[in-house]
Amino acid sequence: MRKLAVWCTCLILLSLTGCSKPPEPSNKIYLWHWMTDRNDTFQKLAQQYKEETGIEVSIQLFAPSDAYSQKIIAAGQSNVLPDIYGILDKKSVVADFIKAGLVLDLTDAMEADGGKWKDSLFDKALADKSFEVGNIYGVKPGIYGVPIDVTNEQLLYNKKLLAKAGIATPPRTYQEFIKDAQILRRVGIIPFVSGWGELWLLDCFASNYAFNIMGEQKVFATFRGEVKYTDPEWIKVFNIFAELHDKGVLMDGIVTKGNKYAEQDFALERAAFAFNGSWCVNVYHDMNPHLDYGVIPPPPMSTEWPLKIWGSAGSSFMVNGNSPNKTKAVAFLKWLTSKEQQVVLSKETNNLPSNKEALLGVSPILRDFATGMDQSTHPNIWPLNEDPSVSEAFDKGIQDIIIGEKTPQQVSEDVQMVKDSQNRHGN
Amino acid sequence: MNPKVKAAVIFKDNLQNFFFVLPALSIFCVFYIYPFLNMIFLSFHEWRGIGPMHFTGLQNYKGLMSDHLWWDSIGHAGYITLIALTFQNALAFALALACDREIRMKRFYRVVFFIPPVLSEVVVGLIWNWILNPEMQNGQHIGLLNHLLYTSGFPQLVHNWLGDPKTALTTIAIVHSWKGFGWGFIVLLAGLQTIDKQLYEAAKIDGAGAWKTFTNVIIPMMLPVILVVVILTILGSMQVFVLIIAMVNEGLVNHTDVPVTRIFSAMQNTNRFGYACAEAVIFGMVLIGVSFMAKKLSDKAKQV
Repeated sequence: MRKLAVWCTCLILLSLTGCSKPPEPSNKIYLWHWMTDRNDTFQKLAQQYKEETGIEVSIQLFAPSDAYSQKIIAAGQSNVLPDIYGILDKKSVVADFIKAGLVLDLTDAMEADGGKWKDSLFDKALADKSFEVGNIYGVKPGIYGVPIDVTNEQLLYNKKLLAKAGIATPPRTYQEFIKDAQILRRVGIIPFVSGWGELWLLDCFASNYAFNIMGEQKVFATFRGEVKYTDPEWIKVFNIFAELHDKGVLMDGIVTKGNKYAEQDFALERAAFAFNGSWCVNVYHDMNPHLDYGVIPPPPMSTEWPLKIWGSAGSSFMVNGNSPNKTKAVAFLKWLTSKEQQVVLSKETNNLPSNKEALLGVSPILRDFATGMDQSTHPNIWPLNEDPSVSEAFDKGIQDIIIGEKTPQQVSEDVQMVKDSQNRHGN
Repeated sequence: MNPKVKAAVIFKDNLQNFFFVLPALSIFCVFYIYPFLNMIFLSFHEWRGIGPMHFTGLQNYKGLMSDHLWWDSIGHAGYITLIALTFQNALAFALALACDREIRMKRFYRVVFFIPPVLSEVVVGLIWNWILNPEMQNGQHIGLLNHLLYTSGFPQLVHNWLGDPKTALTTIAIVHSWKGFGWGFIVLLAGLQTIDKQLYEAAKIDGAGAWKTFTNVIIPMMLPVILVVVILTILGSMQVFVLIIAMVNEGLVNHTDVPVTRIFSAMQNTNRFGYACAEAVIFGMVLIGVSFMAKKLSDKAKQV
């Protein structure tokens, strides 16, 4: 009995000692990621890095991304993050991680050697995890993430289906897009599909047109509460979805469709247009290598303001601010985003490289996507974002319009009501 | 024996027993009690998952009281549960009764009926998404159900089952029942097999027909088993989550929201961990209340 008690006490003490032992620098760094499609290439590159430098990089995959996101938050709470990791959450959450000391400020490393590393990367991708002077999050200005690829969301068109309907060129304006969609519908082709069961993609499409109809300053003024969602220009944005529904542009069941299904629909030529991100090049290639398609920004409705697409870092890695291997982790990320490794990553995974110099080696469709980066924007680089509850009401309201339950006017009033309620609670 | 020695022996025995249960108790405390207490603690705070927490007292609970989407979601879960309690359990009971008799291939049926519950909810969602697909390609319905309805002469019944607010929740409830009836079937069948066959013979000799035997022999003998099935159905159906995500993603507007999707949304989409915890506390109380009521009702039925 006494022996048992002694053993139990020893075991508990031993485990407690293990828990409190501070981590020590080593020649092995740990990286956690969520990118199933890139895991093999990461492993290969890690092996190459070990051969070149003697430093072992243990790449660990945790998928799907939702689960990864929760894992990172849990690991952050208990301070057991790896040396390198990514935060898939909103910028406000990134800010919380930084303020908790869990993310290393990379500004000095980026600006060393006359800013060579920084200059090699797309500005908008870097901006995704950077904080400007006077940012609303109260974070010390700096660069906190390393983009390993870039992505943007645009309109894809199936060349064969358009030709079948007698449409020679893709639409240049929103009005042309509606006209083409009606022609497609007449010949029995579903015009448009997207994964609008995932609210962020719907939000992305809506905000593209909001920027085009009223300009970004008015959008931000709405977020600040200075413009109401019942403003005629916001109703015009909501009207787009009523029109898409009324004119038979959308595939049935689009509001509950996950993007994976929407990707399948476009790849299997069930729809002529799709709204999707640049990662789709890899997905479509796997599903249908012979798919003949092109990419354009969503056709603008107005000429008054530019239509801006969402585009920024596709995936970014951060260095753990508490890691004993910070320098080694930064060196690895610098190596991973250099031209040679970026070409390998881009070729093997069909993603847009974050290194501008690596663009020359990518496929024509990816180059077309890359041209969109010039007119891109992203919530992560906006000076402020809408309250999440208002965004939810906004996106769900658009779903309501698409299924014909509410009118644009009703939805605008509903969203404004949520906004007013948030303002009353001082959020 | 000297009382002091006796007390020492008892103490030693108790201590020994305590050490035997200590590993299980530690695991239970770390993985159940601590998170449970922490959840209650968090429900009184505003917290975004990382960074400082702000004590807000009952603010989250106050917000919940006026959150109609939350109460709607409880109503939706209640509706799914109602369908599961009636349709799913009636089906399970009927099939269990059929398989309790001497019929051909009954082992085969037992295996077949148990396939849906062992499938992952994601797989079930994917299969039913294909069956319920509302789209057409080249003039043909892609979804199996609409295709069958069309080709068997019921084109007026072809429908976008998951895309219409009037049918989406019922469709999910039916798929949930389809997935879940196998559990009830197995438990009820096991219960039926414990009923002494002599009771059936005695009832037959007393002139009882099939219905009388069912109401006067099977139901009273099966009440404890039925109670277990009812409580498990309530708990399982009220907490339905994965199936909904697999079938309608983030939901058809708010028509397919259930409490767990609301809790998940509060954490994942709006980073309101405190609010999510308050939702979880309220939901837990609802579940305890409903289970308690089911037990009370069953006890009353037993007395009758």
